[in-house]
Amino acid sequence: MTRATPRAADSSKPKLSCRNLWKVFGTGADEFMRQHRGDASSADLAQAKLIGAVRRASLDVHEGEIFIVMGLSGSGKSTLVRCLSRLIEPTYGDVVFDGRDLLKASEAELIEIRRHKMGMVFQHFALLPHLTVIENVAFPLAVQGVDKAKRLKRAREMIDLVSLSGRENHYPRELSGGQQQRVGIARSLAVAPEIWFLDEPFSALDPLIRREMQAELMRLQEVLKKTIIFITHDFDEAIRLADRIAIMKDGEIIQIGTPEELVTHPATDYVAEFTRDVNRAKVLSAQSLMRPSGAARHGGTVAAVAKVASFAPEIVASDLPFAVIDAAGRTVGEISPKAVIDLLAGRDQADLRA
Amino acid sequence: MSEAVLSDTRHTLPTAHPAGRIALTLGLIVAAFGLAYLIPGGADYPAHLVIPFADWISAFMNWVKSSFTWLTRSLVAVVNVPLQIAFALLAKSYKLAVGEWSIMLPRLSWVGICAAVALLGHALGGFRLALLAGLGFLYIALFRQWDSAMLTLALIVVCVPICVVTGLLVGIWGYLSPRAKQLVIMPALDLMQTIPTFAYLIPVLLLFGTNPVSALLATGLFATPPMVRATILGLEKVPSEIKDFADMAGCTRRQKMWRVLVPAAKPSLMLGVNQVIMLSLNMVIISSMIGAGGLGQDVLLALRALKVGPAMEAGLCIVVLAIVLDRLSQAAAVQRYEEQREAKNSFLARHPNLALALAAIVITTLISIAIPAFASVPKAITLTTGPMWKDAVDWINLHFFDAIEAVRVTFLVYILNPLRAFFESLPWLGVVLTLAYAGYRLGTWRLAIVVALLASFCAVTGLWVQTMATLYLCGAASFIAAALGIPIGMLAARHDRVEKVVTPVIDTLQTIPMFCFIIPAVMLFRIGDFTALIATVAFAIVPAIRYTNHGLRQVPQELNEAGIVSGCTRRQLFWRVQLPVAIPEILLGINQTILLALSMIIICAMIGTRDLGQEVFKALSKADTGKGLVAGLAIAFIGIIADRLITAWVARRKRKMGIA
Repeated sequence: MTRATPRAADSSKPKLSCRNLWKVFGTGADEFMRQHRGDASSADLAQAKLIGAVRRASLDVHEGEIFIVMGLSGSGKSTLVRCLSRLIEPTYGDVVFDGRDLLKASEAELIEIRRHKMGMVFQHFALLPHLTVIENVAFPLAVQGVDKAKRLKRAREMIDLVSLSGRENHYPRELSGGQQQRVGIARSLAVAPEIWFLDEPFSALDPLIRREMQAELMRLQEVLKKTIIFITHDFDEAIRLADRIAIMKDGEIIQIGTPEELVTHPATDYVAEFTRDVNRAKVLSAQSLMRPSGAARHGGTVAAVAKVASFAPEIVASDLPFAVIDAAGRTVGEISPKAVIDLLAGRDQADLRA
Repeated sequence: MSEAVLSDTRHTLPTAHPAGRIALTLGLIVAAFGLAYLIPGGADYPAHLVIPFADWISAFMNWVKSSFTWLTRSLVAVVNVPLQIAFALLAKSYKLAVGEWSIMLPRLSWVGICAAVALLGHALGGFRLALLAGLGFLYIALFRQWDSAMLTLALIVVCVPICVVTGLLVGIWGYLSPRAKQLVIMPALDLMQTIPTFAYLIPVLLLFGTNPVSALLATGLFATPPMVRATILGLEKVPSEIKDFADMAGCTRRQKMWRVLVPAAKPSLMLGVNQVIMLSLNMVIISSMIGAGGLGQDVLLALRALKVGPAMEAGLCIVVLAIVLDRLSQAAAVQRYEEQREAKNSFLARHPNLALALAAIVITTLISIAIPAFASVPKAITLTTGPMWKDAVDWINLHFFDAIEAVRVTFLVYILNPLRAFFESLPWLGVVLTLAYAGYRLGTWRLAIVVALLASFCAVTGLWVQTMATLYLCGAASFIAAALGIPIGMLAARHDRVEKVVTPVIDTLQTIPMFCFIIPAVMLFRIGDFTALIATVAFAIVPAIRYTNHGLRQVPQELNEAGIVSGCTRRQLFWRVQLPVAIPEILLGINQTILLALSMIIICAMIGTRDLGQEVFKALSKADTGKGLVAGLAIAFIGIIADRLITAWVARRKRKMGIA
């Protein structure tokens, strides 16, 4: 079902991965999964009166990418991410973080890993009401026993990073939702985590603030280059931020791919349904739209990976097709103004998917 | 009753028609009573079959007493230390002797304490609270109750921290171990909160003797349960994201509990503290029977001698003390965190109120060594209302004695006495079977069995007549309280102006310790069932009003709007939309009313009721642990039966309406 993507096929070792991961709720779930050796059908589960919140999930998250888990409420995305961070114990399967088996880590080891390598941002911010902004941000360092001057210095840097300077001594209650989430972000970054979990971080915010925060996240990622696992129920948000997206339904991952792959090759009707209203010009690149080069003359050249939206105005104004070139400068195909116009007008989708 | 949720169908009897169902129910009840009269011993429980629980308990307690004297003695010694310090600081002076040389360390000056309380009010709730707290304490000083009030306050000051810490720890245990919570803590709390206060006193009295430490321990037993509940509830209510955050930040278990969960649960915890304080005050007053001293003892002695004036004065001071403590601790509970504009380093800058309060106490106390007026309230500036109250009562008796007496006698002869005779004649087996049937219809088989067992306990211990006497008074009082309270609550819900008047009144009523309700009732109606009834109704009416008002007001706005666009008149809207939706909440109010009435009825044993309370009271005077505890348990079981049945009923109704 899941599709190998170019990046997943990289030889680079994934930062975090899971194989055949299950979270089953109900009495006797552990025993049940052992008996079925990690492979049970929905009918089996239903018969045993168990609920499979996450089923046979496998994924790899690579260093420095934004990996988005997208699904509607109840799809198991939140449970999956809590299994990956071991906030809840998976019922079956493997989680490998930095080459080591996370599920075998003892409580003390887990605490160490979380203190130094993981950060998490929560949907409803999860700020501690009894601490000021700066105390909240410094909290993860405080529990490690970092001395006060040092942790306050670090906290101040983080507050600076999320543009909240001047609010250090406010309490969370005194801040707006967007500001509170900035505190949450600053706090999760205070320990300089290697992997960053963002659990629907912008879902509780107004649409305008949400866009602002998405831009803010992109800005931060430019600087920080973290490995990010981001959960959302908002496909537009996923398209906007993701390097790759995993789409979940009923506890299963039904497709993993780049936004463009999801749009051009949806694995199921369910995925196609999500991608239907997406602004294709912003998602598709030249190479998805190109045909073999045949024209004698070209009106210009575009890079194969360039998004259609970036060159649409020029090509629509031109009469001639544009040449598509790869990284080495070779022409690999051409793209006609009509194809772009059709795309912008929303025609010809069936053709694309073929 | 979670298993009750599983299925609703099994409670539906074969006959679906309502009339048929009612007929069937009546038939079954008649059959139950018929059976009770047919079976020998089904009406009056045979005396030779009484199970001597009381003797067993007494024997056990005596064994404990004789075997563990070293333990009880040392416990008394340990608890006595902070208690004596508090007494020395607040109430008595302390004589420090070094060899031949000795010095009297003075107690804290009343002027300083009044100032400190006012400053505390200022720190917690601003100028108005400062005024209330300061004037409240000044009232106590000027009305000649200072010494007694400080004895009472000293007990509370020592008791509350002990209760809070114990309650917090037990609550944390319950939060961490759902099994312990289910099997041990919750049943224990239920029992501890329904066993009447008197019953606590007996084993404590037996083990620890008549002294303030006993009073303190009894108070602790009584006042700790709400803290446990508040802690469990507060910790469970902390958002799961905050719990996840604590884990993701790499907190150890201890860090998670003390640096994240407990601070995040602080608002709930502070409400628990407020309840601990109020219950401590309540119980310290009652504990005067086992030597607590203080305001309670003044009231008790005055009541026994039927001295109206002193009883009323001391009673009013208890009320004032209660109101001040309640407002202060509530203000502490809603305290919010505010921005700290700049870092303040000196102690004085960070805690101006505290620094001032300490200074006031120290300075006035130093002055008090030289000037006696600062040491104890000078007679010249005190007032007394005692004669006024006496005159008032005399005047009322002179002019209205006949009218009051007529009301009292009419009530007694035509209502209370026949009702009592009716209840006392009910066959135990019939009542047990009827209750079981109610349990089955409202809940499950399990509820039926529990209810039947609890009710049978009252019979097999030979206390059936007393149980029914309790039931009669409690039932009559609850009925009157509900019949008055629900309409008041309805009015308050419909008219904001009424609510504005009613709310402060019931807030105050709720703050007043139980004991104080008895005083005015006794003044007017002397002793007996009718007096008990009046005091109980006054005490138990509060939840009936509060829940009715709240239930009606929390009807979702959408439902009201739906009613209005359907063309309801105001009256139709009230009777057809709001009231049906609010019924579960109102039933919960009645439940609370019954429980409060029960606890009050028991205290009324002091003024000569003849029921289970009187059994406990008699046992207390003879220090008969077994009798006292068995009667106490019987009372607790009445409360638990009522509570379980009504709760099941509410759950059923809510399920029907889909708002469970």
